Amino acid sequence: MEATIPVLILAMPLLMFLFLGLFGKFLSPRVSGIIGTAGMGVVLLMCYYTAYVYFFSGSPEFINAEGNRLQAIICNVDWLQFTDNLIIRLGFLLDPISAMMLVVISTISFMVHLYSNGYMRDHHGVYERGFQRFYAFLALFSFSMLGLVVATNIFQMYIFWELVGASSYLLIGFYFTKPSAVAASKKAFIVTRFADLGFLIGILVLSYYTGTFNFTDMTSVPVAGMNDVYAVSAETATGVFNIFQSKAAAGFMGCSVMTWALVLIFMGGMGKSAMMPLHIWLPDAMEGPTPVSALIHAATMVVAGVYLVARLFPLFLVNAEFGGYALDVVTWVGAITAAYAAMVACTQLDIKRVLAFSTISQIAFMMVSLGVSREEFHNLGYMASMFHLFTHAMFKALLFLGAGALIHAVGSNDYTDMHGLRKHMPITHITFLIGCLSIAGIIPFSGFFSKDEILSSCFGNSIFAYVWMSAVAALTAFYMFRLYFLIFWWKEHKVHEGHHAPKDQPWTMTLPLIILAVVATLCGLIPFGNYVTWDGHPYDFMAHFNWTIAGISLAVAVIAILVAARMYKTENPLPAKMRQAMPRLWDWCRNRFYFDELYMFITHKIIFDKICRPIAWFDRHIIDGTMDGLATITNKASYAIRGLQSGNTQNYVWVYLIGALALGGVTVAVIFLFC
Amino acid sequence: MLFSNILIYFVVIPLLMLGGLALCRNIKQIRAVAVVGSTILTGLSVYLLVDYLGLRAAGESAPMLYCDSWTWFRDLNINLSVGVDGVSIAMLLLSSIILFTGSFASWKIEQPKAFFLWLVLLSTGVFGFFISVDLFTMFMFYEVALIPMYLLIGVWGSGNKNYSAMKLTLMLMGGSAFLMIGLIGIYYQSNAPEHTWDLLKIAEYGVNADWQNFLFVVTFVGFGVLGAMFPFHTWSPDGHASAPTAVSMLHAGVLMKLGGYGCFRVSMYLMPEAANELAWIFLILTGISVVYGAFSACVQTDLKYINAYSSVSHCGLVLFAILMLNTTAMTGAVMQMLSHGLMTALFFALIGMIYGRTHTRDIREMGGLMRIMPYLSVCYVIAGMASLGLPGLSGFVAEMTIFVGSFQEADTFHRVFTIVACCSIVITAVYILRVVGKLLFGPVQDEHHRQLTDATWWERLSTATLIVCVAAIGCFPNFFANLIKFTFDGAIFRAIGLN
Repeated sequence: MEATIPVLILAMPLLMFLFLGLFGKFLSPRVSGIIGTAGMGVVLLMCYYTAYVYFFSGSPEFINAEGNRLQAIICNVDWLQFTDNLIIRLGFLLDPISAMMLVVISTISFMVHLYSNGYMRDHHGVYERGFQRFYAFLALFSFSMLGLVVATNIFQMYIFWELVGASSYLLIGFYFTKPSAVAASKKAFIVTRFADLGFLIGILVLSYYTGTFNFTDMTSVPVAGMNDVYAVSAETATGVFNIFQSKAAAGFMGCSVMTWALVLIFMGGMGKSAMMPLHIWLPDAMEGPTPVSALIHAATMVVAGVYLVARLFPLFLVNAEFGGYALDVVTWVGAITAAYAAMVACTQLDIKRVLAFSTISQIAFMMVSLGVSREEFHNLGYMASMFHLFTHAMFKALLFLGAGALIHAVGSNDYTDMHGLRKHMPITHITFLIGCLSIAGIIPFSGFFSKDEILSSCFGNSIFAYVWMSAVAALTAFYMFRLYFLIFWWKEHKVHEGHHAPKDQPWTMTLPLIILAVVATLCGLIPFGNYVTWDGHPYDFMAHFNWTIAGISLAVAVIAILVAARMYKTENPLPAKMRQAMPRLWDWCRNRFYFDELYMFITHKIIFDKICRPIAWFDRHIIDGTMDGLATITNKASYAIRGLQSGNTQNYVWVYLIGALALGGVTVAVIFLFC
Repeated sequence: MLFSNILIYFVVIPLLMLGGLALCRNIKQIRAVAVVGSTILTGLSVYLLVDYLGLRAAGESAPMLYCDSWTWFRDLNINLSVGVDGVSIAMLLLSSIILFTGSFASWKIEQPKAFFLWLVLLSTGVFGFFISVDLFTMFMFYEVALIPMYLLIGVWGSGNKNYSAMKLTLMLMGGSAFLMIGLIGIYYQSNAPEHTWDLLKIAEYGVNADWQNFLFVVTFVGFGVLGAMFPFHTWSPDGHASAPTAVSMLHAGVLMKLGGYGCFRVSMYLMPEAANELAWIFLILTGISVVYGAFSACVQTDLKYINAYSSVSHCGLVLFAILMLNTTAMTGAVMQMLSHGLMTALFFALIGMIYGRTHTRDIREMGGLMRIMPYLSVCYVIAGMASLGLPGLSGFVAEMTIFVGSFQEADTFHRVFTIVACCSIVITAVYILRVVGKLLFGPVQDEHHRQLTDATWWERLSTATLIVCVAAIGCFPNFFANLIKFTFDGAIFRAIGLN
């Protein structure tokens, strides 16, 4: 494939960022909105074209004779050379998951660009202050995210990883005069930075032993007779394992060095993907404008962690085969997070926070799915995880954009200000319902298929994982429909009558909702196994379809929805009763298990008060005190002896005389003693 | 011929500027001299860079190019010897850019004539230091660069300026005393057939092994004081806090680099065996510097103190990387010098501009400046992002080169300290975002600030130049890395098995 279009995919958003960032203030908001949206539209077309060529052209660089999909490096430029082997290159790697991610990112990003034209205005159509800046940051984010997924080496990924973090920081803090937004943006950046420290050290360890940053050198073999085309291979990953066995120390604190490297890299993923205990930034990140939450904190950036694990999956897999714990860590972190986030989501008031915890929980599903994926089950988990990533991006973006429409109409994030909106906002209602059905896993909506695959792969791994994740899936259906009924049913709000009644939003906002609703309904029918598998070899999931598992998960979801309907469809005392039945649990869930308080304690009471302040004090009083002390001693000493230089002749003669006599005395004494 | 060598113009032009300034009658003439002079210097260093790369591409493999020597004091073998390699060219480029931007940043200074005279004298010393390869003249230029600082802070400074100026000067003079012992020791103890001050000759023959350890420690500490090495860094917070804008810029941007450059050029280059043996002592100290400075910066409330401690952390990383004794880390060290120089100059320029408007540097008394001075605030955010290592800006490439380089040293000691140093990326983010959040974002703290104006054209020019440089290094790092790397691939380091 020619490199022109891939390069343009990255260059366009970057140029748009520079253009809107530097010259945006000379443009009217309307024009910059149109430029931004149109530019993203072009990127969307180019991404679709690239993905189309990759999946359907049948070109030998993308698919081999056996029908296995390959990895092709379209272009690669040396950016910074450290040593002979360790070189950061900026390039464009096309393989099943990156092509899929191009589609996901460009679709959601375009929808959000379009949607923001309506969202970032008030009810009179006046554009928000900083509208141009908003589009500039969106373009920066799109650039960074696209760069992340097409990375050819782990350092390129790290570079764009940091850039998405920064654009997320800028967008969360978009309303920078609001202290809560500033605090949230700071928190997001610092928490993910802390995780990135692990990522960085992981990269250092991994690259030190393997002597390369390139993904293809760690997980794939070159295809004979072609330049820059690779096939994923477990042998290469095994080779990496052997390098660790021969070069690295036997272990460190009970785990092999390779396990450490992978776990540290996964730590970076935990930060970005908001896995417990590094999840605390994501709910606060909802301070950003809602389209941003849809794009960054639901569909694309937060799945970067999953993508990272998927990218290095052969290494994780080999590690697990030889008894390493890296994949188990992924599974456990995912499983605990999924349950935790689902429980918390059942009690939140702010609709965006419910969605945020739902996102955390769903990403944890993907993590678990990767974690339970093993060769003996055809790595179904890997497929399921990528599939769920795809469908989740669509329906979660839909839910967030729907929530944005509600917030925009009502002027509040709180569901207690909504209630009974179904008649006022029919389009939003229907699309939101589709999103809820999808995430709950109701056939034929997309979430059903991907979640079913995940549960099947859990079932293949262990019955415990299956039961655990099914329970979480039930909770998912419950809290989503709790949210749905509380927003659209429960009771009629009197405030909503009359002139200020909330209504459906302008077409720029409803069109993306409708498109995404259609996609979220249908995309489950894509035969995903044909396109995305861990080694590129097609896998027909439907042939292995297990109706029992599907039936059980469907039944569980329906029951959960019915329970939610019974409790929340009309105003009734059941929710209050339930709260009273388990007050302690409810408090803990409502307060997110007091994680924020714990972090506040650690950062303020320990790091600031017990480390930073003592160090600053030590510096000022001990180190600087010593230096000042030296100066003071010098000063004092010179004061003390300056009396000797009085200029008084009698004194000098007097001292001279005493000195001479003393010296004479000493001489005499010495002569007497020693001679 | 003295004037046929391009390098000598790096000293001649500042001297001509001094003459020109002495003749100036009004502020316009002074500005003209400062701007024209620094522009010529910048042009000259760019020309030198291009020419140097051309010569290297043509296959010149001598360790230093443009070498020349003129006898100065025959009986003591003192010469005026000049010569540059990639590292010195990078430093010359940095110095001239900062002088250029510093001139614009002090557009409205009081008593401009005297101020610029001292400032240019200081830069004469700086340029002279970077082009010299004769230890004696190097030391002389070093002193020329230090002394004007006393007056610049004492006269044009703010706050507790007498104390700060005295403290800074005395501590740096203390460092010089160590240095002088070290340099004279090297003069007498080199293995060269006759006593010489010539760096290249000493490097060729080596230094007496019995004396190396002592001389290494003495010179490293001597230069380390200027490089803000823990525990000799305490001049830095007070000194920076009291110094006027352009002086802070030059001091943090260039003078502190004299320390790092000296450590490399004298201590490591001449005594690699001792460096290999004793690096661990200083690794501990610089490792402490890196995190200690960062932690201290977290609780400061004065903008300049925050950046002074941040400089302790970042300059600590420079010395830390030099001590790793491998090509990658050392290349990273020089990139970090460049990066830190530009970035800190930008920071201090912005702080000076903000202080000039609000008359306070206490972050508790300011807030919401983004609405009031958008241009300066955006620049501040960019400087902050560069400081916390955002890819695309200079800090990232420098730090990553250092970390990757340091990690190539496989023993536990080096590993542990590398990981400790890596932790600074998190702490840096904490203090940078804390300042940015308090100072620029949030509601406007003081209603009087609402009347303040945004940057003037000369302030815009000064900051924009620095930002462009920071972004240039961040976007095209390989260019700079290759420029620098050659120095460390030189035969001298190979000789003792350093890679």
